[in-house]
Amino acid sequence: MPEPEVNDAGSAAREAVERAYRAESRRVLATLIRLLGDFDRAEEALHDAFTAAVQQWPVSGVPANPRAWLVSAGRFKAVDSERRRAKHDAARESIVEGFALRNTPPPDVDDESLDDDWLRLIFTCCHPALGDDARIALTLREVCDLTTEQVARAFLSTPPTIAQRIVRAKAKIRDAGIPYTIPTRADMPERLDAVLHVVYLVFNEGYAATSGDAVVRGDLTREAIRLARLLLDLLPGEGEICGLLALMLLHDSRREARMTAEGDLVLLADQDRRLWDRVEIEEGLELVRRALRAPRYGSYSVQAAIAALHAQAPTAAETDWSEIAGLYDVLLGIDASPVVELNRAVAIAMRDGAAAGLVLVDAIVARGALEHYHLAHAARADLLARLGKGDAAAAAYQRALTLASQAPERRFIERRIAELTGLAPRDVPS
Amino acid sequence: MKYLCLIYEDETFWTRTPKPELDAVMAEYRAFGTTYIPSGHVLGGNALQPTATATTVRVRNGKMSTTDGPFAETREQLGGYYLLEAKDLNEAIQIASKIPGAKTGSVEVRPIMEVPESVLNLMSESSVGA
Repeated sequence: MPEPEVNDAGSAAREAVERAYRAESRRVLATLIRLLGDFDRAEEALHDAFTAAVQQWPVSGVPANPRAWLVSAGRFKAVDSERRRAKHDAARESIVEGFALRNTPPPDVDDESLDDDWLRLIFTCCHPALGDDARIALTLREVCDLTTEQVARAFLSTPPTIAQRIVRAKAKIRDAGIPYTIPTRADMPERLDAVLHVVYLVFNEGYAATSGDAVVRGDLTREAIRLARLLLDLLPGEGEICGLLALMLLHDSRREARMTAEGDLVLLADQDRRLWDRVEIEEGLELVRRALRAPRYGSYSVQAAIAALHAQAPTAAETDWSEIAGLYDVLLGIDASPVVELNRAVAIAMRDGAAAGLVLVDAIVARGALEHYHLAHAARADLLARLGKGDAAAAAYQRALTLASQAPERRFIERRIAELTGLAPRDVPS
Repeated sequence: MKYLCLIYEDETFWTRTPKPELDAVMAEYRAFGTTYIPSGHVLGGNALQPTATATTVRVRNGKMSTTDGPFAETREQLGGYYLLEAKDLNEAIQIASKIPGAKTGSVEVRPIMEVPESVLNLMSESSVGA
């Protein structure tokens, strides 16, 4: 062991500040927003609190409860800077008075009230009165602490656009009177749906889209999973959080198998199942069981149950299609969308044969509901090909190709057309 | 906070709906008022005449022009409003969802801009001066 150096205490304190920042900065922010009543003021106070920590912890030692220390320091700094401004502006007196009122009795900084602040922050950032784009940007920035640059890169946007979106969202929160509260029990199902919707959009952005910065997109799936874990921790009784977390883990478990090294799509049936992440699958399966036992289960839980059946099949041929078709019936009862109908038709085709599935898919397409959805035409093409109707299949793939926009999907469809027509994929007209 | 709830609906609803059904809707509006006026949430409100009665006024370069009809032709038209007092947007949304028009049309909830007292004083001073 080397001799302890003089500045050891200093570097230990700096490390403690960094640790506190990683672990606590969002929670401290969540509490400061409650105490100061404003996002921007709270962010400034958070910054000041950590600046104070960097200066003071090496001298006075790391406090026993860093979180409480940071909250108090942030609040103190905010009152201080408002007082200073108030000298120049009489109208600000009332703001300072407001702080003083809010500050007596001293703010709660026990773990339970801080958990409540976390929830306040999440539910406010995901308020249904904000648009999807605003909710995503605000949640990633304020709850997940991604920088505007990171959010911009992940969503193929520019930092000024994302920053503008966040500024507008905060302005709406303030001006429209969106409260910093946890929803009442009566509002909880609807409000939680809004939060889970944001989490799932973030996950899908990272998982489904294949353009953009791959590393940042991986961050998005991780952030979505982390956010769902946090929510489950805070609201353990909510089955749909379990369901969504399970769904994301089960999808993420196929991460390594769903693309070739060249970036081409590999269908579920053709994936090398040895590449699936068993740890994520095990956790996902346990969460599905928990989700389906909960008093309120919904669409995410049923989708997770379907993903679980795929995850449990040793080979594609051994997939329990009959159970999956049944779960799609349940899903239709919760969420009667044409896309769910399409998936159900595909499951029925696997259970009862391609002809049975084709009748259903044809009916959905004939209704015009999914006329512009490339996967509907691709599914139809696949069923036609299985029935030996090569020309009709190629025509349906051609239709899918005109609608598909993502490069890997387009290459996949082109390969299929090439197989059916004997043309080389690069000669397939698009 | 104060919120203005703007009720938009297809105004032909009022001409094409049979009387018994219209009476039922009117009864719902009365019930809404009976609940939310005494509670202090509804500060005021009115139904509007159809857009056929609307006149749009503009002044450009000091010259006034009037045109027949509403500001914009839309599928749903402004048919009435309520002024609400609510503790926050959540409460305002809750009450807005009880407006009968929300079931057949749409209700836009807009916060009233809070004007600082100093500005209000200025405004009343200038009106005294005029």
